Amino acid sequence: MVQLRLPVNSRLKTGQNFPAPSQGPRMKLFHVYRYNPDSGENPRLDTFELNLDECGPMVLDALIKIKDEIDPTLTFRRSCREGICGSCAMNIEGTNTLACIKPIEECSGAVKITPLPHLYVVKDLVADLSFAYAQYQSIEPWIQSATNPPPDRERLQSHEEREKLDGLWECILCFCCTTSCPSYWWSGDKYLGPATLLQSYRWIADSRDDATGKRLDELEDPFKLYRCHTIMNCTNTCPKGLNPAKAIGEIKKKMVERVG
Amino acid sequence: MNDSLKKKRPLSPHLQVYKIQITSLLSILHRCTGMVLCGGAILCSVWFITLAQGSQAYGVMQTFLLHPVGLIILLGLSFSFFYHLCNGLRHLLWDAGIGYEMTEVRKTGWAVVIFSFVLTGCAWILAIMYGKLLS
Repeated sequence: MVQLRLPVNSRLKTGQNFPAPSQGPRMKLFHVYRYNPDSGENPRLDTFELNLDECGPMVLDALIKIKDEIDPTLTFRRSCREGICGSCAMNIEGTNTLACIKPIEECSGAVKITPLPHLYVVKDLVADLSFAYAQYQSIEPWIQSATNPPPDRERLQSHEEREKLDGLWECILCFCCTTSCPSYWWSGDKYLGPATLLQSYRWIADSRDDATGKRLDELEDPFKLYRCHTIMNCTNTCPKGLNPAKAIGEIKKKMVERVG
Repeated sequence: MNDSLKKKRPLSPHLQVYKIQITSLLSILHRCTGMVLCGGAILCSVWFITLAQGSQAYGVMQTFLLHPVGLIILLGLSFSFFYHLCNGLRHLLWDAGIGYEMTEVRKTGWAVVIFSFVLTGCAWILAIMYGKLLS
């Protein structure tokens, strides 16, 4: 259901101001979404000031500095710090991206950081992705073949067959795209969303997979696939530069082709 | 998600924070113009009904449509028509698997906006010229 306003318990209150531990010529303000499940209070937007001369170049560096030096209760997910694990996906300056590969310099003015949109917040910048993961599981993201692999080697592909997987296998499942999609915001309980559909196409396009028919059958539904209205927010936001909208378009084409 | 519902976790901001961009703006405009056109279809039917009912009813309708309010409605309707048409063609290309790269999306998006204005302008210039010819 389309619900434009946030529920009463989710509306932002003004938060605290944390002054910078040290001053310098390059100061920057960070507005960070905070929610403490133990307090029972509404989420708030805290403001932190940092001296960029003493901070690493990426938004994640700023968050780590805040946690280390100003407020140790600030909670966020992070791991690889090089854009390959997908943990630090969040909304920075109004678009979803990975904090570890988003340069602070690209942000003009104060940097506003909120969790991935339209998800339930566990704490601060940590959102509950368990439903999105369950949707990913529902497309059975593993190879399904009618035959056994050769006993002495792996299944082979031609160069052309392998090329079809480029732009698909690189997805790190950060769900930046899925949570940027207005259609997923309103129908996320039934619509699978761009990340999961790109993964679905990754297996449909794989020459070694024999379950294409079954996979397409599963998506033949008013919601799972066809809630995509080619809004293109997904492709516009993907921090890995992939094109989920195109992958969804390819699935839609396959649906038509098989009817003939 | 069950866990989240049980614990009454807050919903993270979406429309409130997400930056409006050409992708989402043109998409919502497509839907809005579609809804306007539904209203336009009703208006058009009413117009035809008054035409069938005779000169008096038709005269009232004409007076309303030529009133500034009526003209603004007609202007909005004609723009909606051309925007929905142009963007519909863009959707047709997408359905054929064409135009998914972001550079193409931006180009075709701006083209749709420009063409809708140009076509609306052309239609009105033609209508005004035709009206002058009749009077």
